[in-house]
Amino acid sequence: MLTGIIILVGLATGLSALLVIVARLLGGSNSSAADAIENLLPRIQCAQCGYPGCRPYAEAIASNSADINRCPPGGAETIRALAELLGRDPMPLDDSLGQASMQKSALIEESICIGCNRCAEVCPVDAIAGVPQRMHTIITSHCTGCELCLPPCPVDCISMVSRSA
Amino acid sequence: MLKFTPKRRLTGGVRLPANKTESTGKSIRRGLIPPRLIVSTRQQRGPAAKPIVEIGQGVLRGETIARAEKSDGTDVHAPTSGKIIAIENYESPLLSKVALELCIVIETDGADLAIQKRGPIEFAATREDRIRQIASAGIVGLGGAAYSTAEKMRGEPQIDCKLLIINGAECEPYISCDDMLMRESPEQILDGAAILQQLVGAPECIIAIERDKPQAIDAITLAADKLDLDGLRIAELPSIYPSGGERQLVEVLAGVEVPSEKYPSDFGFLCQNVGTAYAVHRFFRDGEPLSSRVVTVTGAAVAEPRNVEAMIGTPIADLIDACGGYSREAARLIHGGSMMGFELSEDSLAVTKATNCVVAAAPDEVKSENREWPCIRCGECSMVCPARLQPQDLVIAARESNAQALTELALSECIECGCCDVVCPSHIPLTQEFRKAKPLVQSLEELQAFSDASDQRFRLHEERRQDATIAAERQRDHIKRALSHEERRAEEIRAAVQRARQRKSETDGS
Repeated sequence: MLTGIIILVGLATGLSALLVIVARLLGGSNSSAADAIENLLPRIQCAQCGYPGCRPYAEAIASNSADINRCPPGGAETIRALAELLGRDPMPLDDSLGQASMQKSALIEESICIGCNRCAEVCPVDAIAGVPQRMHTIITSHCTGCELCLPPCPVDCISMVSRSA
Repeated sequence: MLKFTPKRRLTGGVRLPANKTESTGKSIRRGLIPPRLIVSTRQQRGPAAKPIVEIGQGVLRGETIARAEKSDGTDVHAPTSGKIIAIENYESPLLSKVALELCIVIETDGADLAIQKRGPIEFAATREDRIRQIASAGIVGLGGAAYSTAEKMRGEPQIDCKLLIINGAECEPYISCDDMLMRESPEQILDGAAILQQLVGAPECIIAIERDKPQAIDAITLAADKLDLDGLRIAELPSIYPSGGERQLVEVLAGVEVPSEKYPSDFGFLCQNVGTAYAVHRFFRDGEPLSSRVVTVTGAAVAEPRNVEAMIGTPIADLIDACGGYSREAARLIHGGSMMGFELSEDSLAVTKATNCVVAAAPDEVKSENREWPCIRCGECSMVCPARLQPQDLVIAARESNAQALTELALSECIECGCCDVVCPSHIPLTQEFRKAKPLVQSLEELQAFSDASDQRFRLHEERRQDATIAAERQRDHIKRALSHEERRAEEIRAAVQRARQRKSETDGS
């Protein structure tokens, strides 16, 4: 009786330790999930989901601490793709967040720009050309419409315009 | 003439009432000069040409009026002599849709004076120059898809062309322009084919004709025997729609399936329409650039359906007048055949190089608007699909705008032939849904590419910022170290001074 208990407890402990070790060794399953999730996101780093970028949001989704409906530029298409990948139910976009859209791009009113260079410092994709004390301009084909350049501008000379226009 | 036996049967496809005999009763009407020509500067898939004439300027037949700026464009020529009266935007039918294009309007003078003495044109020395000659002659595929012939011949430089296919299948109902051209000008077509064959260096040439055109087959066979051409064979195809599609022809004749993202030229095949071969002959033997084409004018609402050799830019109303006008009110005006054609809103639009047929359909000819019923999963549509797709699944994805599913179901392989529509017992407008959904898949792919590019830029940006931070830190450390070094020195000096003072006071005291 006692030997039976000892053997079984020993086996259970040994095997669970083995499992933990194997999991540690082969780990990274969480990060590969985050990779897959990140690939489905628009990856424009707008941070409107409340996380500092697409990677942190993807990690939050992977660790089940964030909903899949927090990506405004991705919209319904991204939510559907995420739902399919993760086996969760699709849900409508959280409309309390921003309105970043890849269909739009920033436009600098060049006569107002004072050349403070603050917009260029925050642009995550280097889509703003210009040197300090000189007029700046947007490289429209690189601009992702993330709206990150709007708040730092001291003279409010940046607006979002439809890409086709 | 040797016969060629097709390697395969067509996948899917349907037998359709041909409706061709109406327009093949009379010979091709030639010499029609309308009072006004509206010549679009975009006559092929790809960029439009740039007008090089001015308003008020007189032009002669064959004169270049718009020049291609890129290598995938083609020049546009004046179809007859006259005066330029306007250069402005008009609606123009090309590539399965009507779009606003910059058009050159010519008021014709009826004299039809040519710019140069007609005569044979020398072949350019190099292959690339010869291909450029074809583009500057304005020659594009006349089968309806309007690919630039030069662009198609250019293909992949490292792949040798092993087979030239001259497409005279003409499988779509109503259209008979290729049939009539083969009956009336078989020698010119074969000569054009021989020139093309020589240009691309293809060892073999097959001319493919559907069996429902016995006169065309006879005419071509007779001409081939007379011309005694090497390496030319004729393939008689069963009349099943859409065996005249380029990829379908390659599959049937050579047994090779060309995937949608590749072209037949990637596998060493070149397909050219019989009309294109004729245009090549006209250019190299007579010096005439492509500025007119044969158009089938048919439909029950046309008084005398027939084929007309129309100048590019002829308004469709003039074409119909040349065929006796409308016999009764047309319910629909269709550009192209009844399967892959599209509706025109008015007959003032002008002929382009893609206009192979105009159907003025009478009310009883048009498929009545059947009520759509739910899909009963009969599977007929997938049986007839020449691209081996599953239209019944595609339509669900298309209606959900599910770009992901559409990509997985290979919507891009759909050639929009319309076979599934014909057999659907529930009258679901499948092809229409697929046409609508195609831009969706494309925009998804574009967005994906844009995301990837943005991601790449972001990573580079981050890397650079990190490098900058590291560099700044190093700088700070360096300064700190320098400062602390200075401080240590100052300390040492202070200590030394202290010691010296102490020693001095000690010696003074003693």
